[in-house]
Amino acid sequence: MPTTTARGAARPASGKASPPRSRRGPGARRTLAFWLFTGPFLTGLLVFVYVPILWSAWLSFFEARFTVTPSEFVGLENYRTMLTDDEFTGSLVTFTVFAAIIVPTTWALSLALALAVNRLRFLRAFFRSVFFLPTAVSYVAASLIWKMSVFNGVRFGLANTVLGWFGVDGIAWLASPDPPWYWLVIVTVRLWLQAGFYMILFLAALQNIPPELYEAAAVDGARPGWQTFRYITLPQLRATSTAVVLLLLVAAYQAFDEFFNLLSKTTWGRPPLVELYHKALGDSQDYGAGSAGALVLTLLICLVTLLQGRIMGFGRAEGAK
Amino acid sequence: MTATAPGAGKPQAPPKDRGPRRVRGGSVIGSAGLYAATGVAALLFLVPFYLIVRNALSTDAQITGEEWAFFPTDVQWANVTEPFEDPTVDFARSLWNSAVVGVLHTVGTLLVCSLAGYGLARIPYRHANKVFHAVLVTLMVPTAVTFVPSFVLVSSLGWVDSYRGLIVPGLFSGFTCFLFRQYFLGFPRELEEAARVDGLGYGGAYWRVVVPNSLNFFAAIATITFIGGWNSFLWPLVIGQDPSAWTVQVALSSYMTNQTVNFHLVFMATAISILPLVCVFLFLQRWLVQGVAQTGIKG
Repeated sequence: MPTTTARGAARPASGKASPPRSRRGPGARRTLAFWLFTGPFLTGLLVFVYVPILWSAWLSFFEARFTVTPSEFVGLENYRTMLTDDEFTGSLVTFTVFAAIIVPTTWALSLALALAVNRLRFLRAFFRSVFFLPTAVSYVAASLIWKMSVFNGVRFGLANTVLGWFGVDGIAWLASPDPPWYWLVIVTVRLWLQAGFYMILFLAALQNIPPELYEAAAVDGARPGWQTFRYITLPQLRATSTAVVLLLLVAAYQAFDEFFNLLSKTTWGRPPLVELYHKALGDSQDYGAGSAGALVLTLLICLVTLLQGRIMGFGRAEGAK
Repeated sequence: MTATAPGAGKPQAPPKDRGPRRVRGGSVIGSAGLYAATGVAALLFLVPFYLIVRNALSTDAQITGEEWAFFPTDVQWANVTEPFEDPTVDFARSLWNSAVVGVLHTVGTLLVCSLAGYGLARIPYRHANKVFHAVLVTLMVPTAVTFVPSFVLVSSLGWVDSYRGLIVPGLFSGFTCFLFRQYFLGFPRELEEAARVDGLGYGGAYWRVVVPNSLNFFAAIATITFIGGWNSFLWPLVIGQDPSAWTVQVALSSYMTNQTVNFHLVFMATAISILPLVCVFLFLQRWLVQGVAQTGIKG
């Protein structure tokens, strides 16, 4: 890249680079300005993102209980411990089950809500707000409502009260892994919290579908309803759908708050981050094994993200803004 | 009115924007069914809010009573102060911590990330692309997944149980920086050129021209960032080892593991913890929706 200055100046401007070029002389001043603007952020990124990961990689090869400056090198022992640990591998199974339920249900519910709200002529803003409102509630607060009121295992919980009206005995929703009623609690709380968020994304995408497509379909005799949905709406939403599914997947991977709070006293139903929390910050404070686990999880999420990049085209958002 | 609307709206409907889905040519039954289904769904979505308010304003006897009480006949307004008088959890302190963390987290993130985003988008520098890639790489790793290494670092800095520990590590969001860069790439260049003609440098142009003309975008990102900061749990849980450093989310979580449960107190505390966000939500919804639409789809 020989014409560095000119190229650099022209790149973001898409052709209108005259003013920066006129300041070509004080190139050093521009470099200084660049670092002044980006310096604080990059320093923080280095210290609080890159350094921890590298330090963690180093720790993962050491025996590091109750210390972060260990001396005993143990090679891959920590990795072996984590990967043969039933609780850790079990947490990956828990995540898989969780993702397999929550991703499709959230996708379907948020799309259904968006389609419904989009068709409303009156009270549209009101309904949109109602469905979106749970976004303001934290996972902790929602878990509390679910655990203590909606799915309280005792008689006066809302779900058991409703069951009681139909003469059905109350269920101890969170008390036992068999039958696994706790999944209903876990899934509904997240569904309630995040459906409105993804509904907004679908609404934005729905409003970008050119109305002409529907007119053309009507001219061609497509029956409104299922046919137009199947052959126009759904294909037009493909990019958004893919994005939503991948966002949901990454969010499910990081699930912590509701599992931690709803299943606080149990050893079952632990997704990866909860397992890691207990492993590294619990009684044993095993930073070596914890770091190894964190790196394994990081690698897995990198794979997912790279896959996402492959499917969606990595530079897509950059080009389309 | 409801019934005829979809059909009647068809000819003179505004071309884009509201794009009426003229499915099922405006039949009365279809429209009524749509409103009924949406209404039922909306009621279900509101049930948890109803439960918070009901439980917060009832006595424990009413909450745990034999028959379901739909709403307390004698509303217990005195419950409002109870979380603040609870000797086991310093609720007022946790609210204050959340407010400090939420505000500083938002201000700091906006400042640091917008400057970096502007630098990457607008200041020509030959290694800018490499720097940008170093930022992009961090998007692949969600910060939640690296909480163990981050904790190791922050605890060796001695920042456990401090505002610094709660706030600083979260300021450097590669994703927010990325969003600002994308936004500034689309910012009209003419405005900056005018500032340049007036003799302003990059800093002057940024503060006097770019920021004042981007307040909508800043507001959208600020709303999203504040909600995220107020509601975050994992990091405050890890850092807040001493109850004096708990945020409101950690305090709420502690109620759930307490031996004795004081229902009306716990729900009043929950209601109070949600209130600021409901206000943010009601007054800033426009920016919030915009923010979601902008941040939801990432590359």
